Amino acid sequence: MASAATIFGMETKVEFLRLARAKSFSLATIGFPVMFYLLFGIVNSHGAGGEQVARYLLATYTVFGLVGCSLFGISVTLASERTLGWLELKQASPMPAWAYLCAKLLTAMAFALIIFAILLTLGRTMGGVVLTGTQVFHMALAVLGGVVPFASLGLLLAMIIPPNSATGVVNLIYLPMSFLSGLWMPLKNLPTGLQKLAPMWPTYHLARVELVAAGSPLKNYGGLPGSDSILMHWIWLAAFSVVTLALAAVIFRRNAAKV
Amino acid sequence: MQDVAAELAGVTQRYGQHVALRDVSLTLRRGEVVALLGPNGAGKTTAVKLLLGLLQPTTGVAKVFGASPKIAQTRMRMGAMLQVSKVPDTVKAREYIDLFRSYYPKPMSYEEIVQRAGLKGIENKLLGSLSGGQRQRVLFGLAMCGDPDLIFLDEPTLGMDIEARHAVWAEVRRMRDAGKTVLLTTHYLEEADSLADRIVVIRTGEIVAEGTPREIKGNVAGRKIKCMTRLSVAELKRWPTVTEAAMHDAVTVVTTLAAEDVLRRMLAEDAGLSGLEVSSPALEDAFLALTAEKEVL
Repeated sequence: MASAATIFGMETKVEFLRLARAKSFSLATIGFPVMFYLLFGIVNSHGAGGEQVARYLLATYTVFGLVGCSLFGISVTLASERTLGWLELKQASPMPAWAYLCAKLLTAMAFALIIFAILLTLGRTMGGVVLTGTQVFHMALAVLGGVVPFASLGLLLAMIIPPNSATGVVNLIYLPMSFLSGLWMPLKNLPTGLQKLAPMWPTYHLARVELVAAGSPLKNYGGLPGSDSILMHWIWLAAFSVVTLALAAVIFRRNAAKV
Repeated sequence: MQDVAAELAGVTQRYGQHVALRDVSLTLRRGEVVALLGPNGAGKTTAVKLLLGLLQPTTGVAKVFGASPKIAQTRMRMGAMLQVSKVPDTVKAREYIDLFRSYYPKPMSYEEIVQRAGLKGIENKLLGSLSGGQRQRVLFGLAMCGDPDLIFLDEPTLGMDIEARHAVWAEVRRMRDAGKTVLLTTHYLEEADSLADRIVVIRTGEIVAEGTPREIKGNVAGRKIKCMTRLSVAELKRWPTVTEAAMHDAVTVVTTLAAEDVLRRMLAEDAGLSGLEVSSPALEDAFLALTAEKEVL
């Protein structure tokens, strides 16, 4: 009997190798957060309060990186597989549907951890960031959990955007959302109106979780007071995942009945 | 019934206002190669997708080995080569074959797949670096991974060179000899003619003809005589048994139900007759006649 574990392992291995070899994906999703962190986090870490900057941006560029690999790794690949026949070939095979989706989720998690590991090494060695083992562990957990809502969003986007414009559309969502959630610079530097809107972005909630895990004071971040319960942020992210997944499933069924 | 591999029974498939298939019944018996022929948009791919369980019929039933094609047990016995306009570029043929083999409880051995699909030498190349025909061979290999009892080949030899095409044909014949059932859709009439035990012609969602290649060709009566002659077309048309006569680029083409009699008389009346050819109707003629628009018929 073909064991479920074997299928699952093979599916994930192939998906990971495929994205790792696609330089347009691996260079961009790993390269951009690393480059930004070097330019803005490490270069600015040597003055007064520099360690705080490096610590803050370690948390937020980790979020920036994981959102990128989750959105691109899932929506761009799936949008093209769905519309150009490959997904149909896999659906016609006895492949279990969950193996296909879990492989994409685990692949995004693997890339997210790679990005986190690189940023963490840079922050510790060049940025003078000091973290306890527990803090690193909590940050890594937040990375793994944080991939889920953005992988769900990637799945939803894959259902609605045509494959040849997938990269462009994802960037139009990814980049403004990152900016408006304070991933590039603290929210307190943005106009008050935009600060008030920040809690509508999933990146805002994950950024706060990651900042708390990294031991970065939230007063540096700005944003709304009184919403600092980690649990509440996770509940928000979980609800976001459920809603996007449900929408993706509805659209997938509707498309399948139409083609 | 024991010898039925797959069937569509009274299937109608609608997409909104558009009717893709209209009350189609089709049976594939075990151990036969059936070719589904028809112009683009006739409903061939819809029929294949219904049998693969990728679509749910609006009305009617699709069954494979007596069960729903959607359940895992049925899928384990099927293999499919569909038209994929883009395969993931950065994966090696070997990796996909190993992956697809992992789906099945008793897969065909890796070496056998490589040999049968003609993948030697390209196993370790990324799919993005392969030619269109080579990619088709990889897809053919993937369809064989489960050593299936029923295999669907949707335009299998598209983009292949002649050598590769003949290799696929040999493989299809081997499958039939091993008791497997093959459903083939193709634009290459020669392919259907040389491979199929049975041809099903489909037009605008309806089956318009069904039979052996010989029976289908029988739908176009008579044989064609081509030659250069001084006999006029108008005169030839008046001869008994001649159903059609025409001249293109100085070559006269006569269609007749009794080629020998007409030929004897032509040779007798025109000693200078040259460039003679006599041909049986090709499947293509039958196909064109069957799939022509109703107004033309």
